[in-house]
Amino acid sequence: MTGRRIAGGSVPYLLVLPVVLVLAAILGYPIYYLVKLSLQKYGLLELVQHHGEYIGLDNFRTVLHDPVFWHVLLRTVVFTAVNVGLTMVLGTLGALLLVRVSTWVRLLLTTGLVLVWAMPPVVAVQVWSWMTNSENGVLNYILTDVLHVGNYFQHNWYETTFSQYSMVTSLVVWGAIPFVTITVYAALSQVPHELVEAAQIDGARAWRIFKDVTLTVLMPVPMLLTSLSIIWDFGVFTQPYLLIGPGQQTTSNYLMSTYLYFEGFGKSDFGIGAAISILMLAIVAALSVVYVRRMLRVGEEA
Amino acid sequence: MSGRRARGRLGWNALGIVIFVVLVFPVFWMLSTSLKDNDQISSFTPTWFPRHPTLQHFEDAIHRQYFWTDVGNSAIVVLATVAIALVLSFLAAIALAKYGFSGRKLFIVLVIGIQMLPQAGLIIPLYIVLAGRHQVNTLTGVILVYLTFALPFCVWTLRGFVLGIPKELEEAAMVDGSTRLGAFVRILLPLVAPGLVATAVFAFITSWNEFIFANTLLHSGNKQTITVWLSFLYGGNRFVDWGQIMAASTLIAIPVVIFFLLVQRRISFGLTTGAVKG
Repeated sequence: MTGRRIAGGSVPYLLVLPVVLVLAAILGYPIYYLVKLSLQKYGLLELVQHHGEYIGLDNFRTVLHDPVFWHVLLRTVVFTAVNVGLTMVLGTLGALLLVRVSTWVRLLLTTGLVLVWAMPPVVAVQVWSWMTNSENGVLNYILTDVLHVGNYFQHNWYETTFSQYSMVTSLVVWGAIPFVTITVYAALSQVPHELVEAAQIDGARAWRIFKDVTLTVLMPVPMLLTSLSIIWDFGVFTQPYLLIGPGQQTTSNYLMSTYLYFEGFGKSDFGIGAAISILMLAIVAALSVVYVRRMLRVGEEA
Repeated sequence: MSGRRARGRLGWNALGIVIFVVLVFPVFWMLSTSLKDNDQISSFTPTWFPRHPTLQHFEDAIHRQYFWTDVGNSAIVVLATVAIALVLSFLAAIALAKYGFSGRKLFIVLVIGIQMLPQAGLIIPLYIVLAGRHQVNTLTGVILVYLTFALPFCVWTLRGFVLGIPKELEEAAMVDGSTRLGAFVRILLPLVAPGLVATAVFAFITSWNEFIFANTLLHSGNKQTITVWLSFLYGGNRFVDWGQIMAASTLIAIPVVIFFLLVQRRISFGLTTGAVKG
């Protein structure tokens, strides 16, 4: 396959050179600096002097011995699992529904999905704050007076960590479903019709056809979407930071991203913040291996 | 048989409509609120559709301090990011799609891998490095930071579009006596133009929506981008002007929604292309 590409001498190198140089300067150097920072005592004073004091692995020792880090890690893992699970299940069910509805309903749903997909996260956060506020938020009204599921009059959804993250989860999952649904639907329509028909002729039942034909052909797509979602949700920042509120972030409701943000910028302890960043990047890098390997195959074959 | 089928479809359609209503309700509620007067907004019993719709909140929003300044800042940052990213990454995309070279695989791994890095994990070193160059609280600093995600994204997406062009067309042009550059300009560029537009628009949307970097790097109100401006729109006092916040939210979402509707079909599968066929 690769043989079909032209050798080209120095031309390809000249073509990729600008991107490589720019990325080296704006990303490579900062990542090198991140490693350096994590080995330094680097606070406000050092920021002004542009010079930190080398302290070896002390920052990592401090972080790894801090129970807060482990609590935050656990909370982030649980948050990620719940959000990815809900996104994938609801998103896939949505795609299966799209196959079954009439054309006009499909058009309606697709338009709605694209509309939701297009909403900027900060805008979505503002809408969520408005809908879920305790004074006159429409959520409390709907729960109390439309669905009659209980008395939620002036109920405060931001009182406990669990309740806060129920709101963050609803926001994140709502925003993430369209991508999953539309991608899975597109993949579903690529399942060769002949395969399904052949299975039908052989007398296979609907569920078996779905399981053995559709799912088998389809599987790589949900796999990719799941690994992408895990990576995204593990590093999510804007939604928890803004919806819970910058002033309401504490050690009892941090996620990994907000944790390192407040350790770094809140406490002005950039060395510790850098150490947490490295630990977080290492976890995400480990999670990305599956996705990158798959995409690399695509890049080589296509 | 067909009767049962039709009834089944009716059920699925009904379910589809219910899901549609739940799905778009937040967007509807944003629009509806932005058009209501304050009495309807603050009422404990909400009115679903605005009675006597008013544009007052939109007027308030655009006359609020820094609205136009920050829209301008966003426009500068976004346009500069997209322009630089598009030109540089188009060259790299051609190299990836058309040439075999050693280091190609490593380059692909980097391009894909970088897109997976969580932005929060990079904010501290980017901030410190930019602070050392006095680029904190400047739009230049933000543009540089945005390139870290715009470049890899554009390289990967454009690569797909360049690949989509039949090699035979390009070869035919060369047989006709065109040089490689001539073939490139006359054949490749027009064919890949829709892909360039789609990629540009998607990079536009990502940069326009970006929050964490802009929020950390830009401190003064007249230097911020519009998403940061919106995030501060909560009012310091007890009374939160939800009408104005929803009107501003609508205004900020509009360019994204329009652009998104234009290019969604072309680009949405970039992240998983070839997954089924591969």
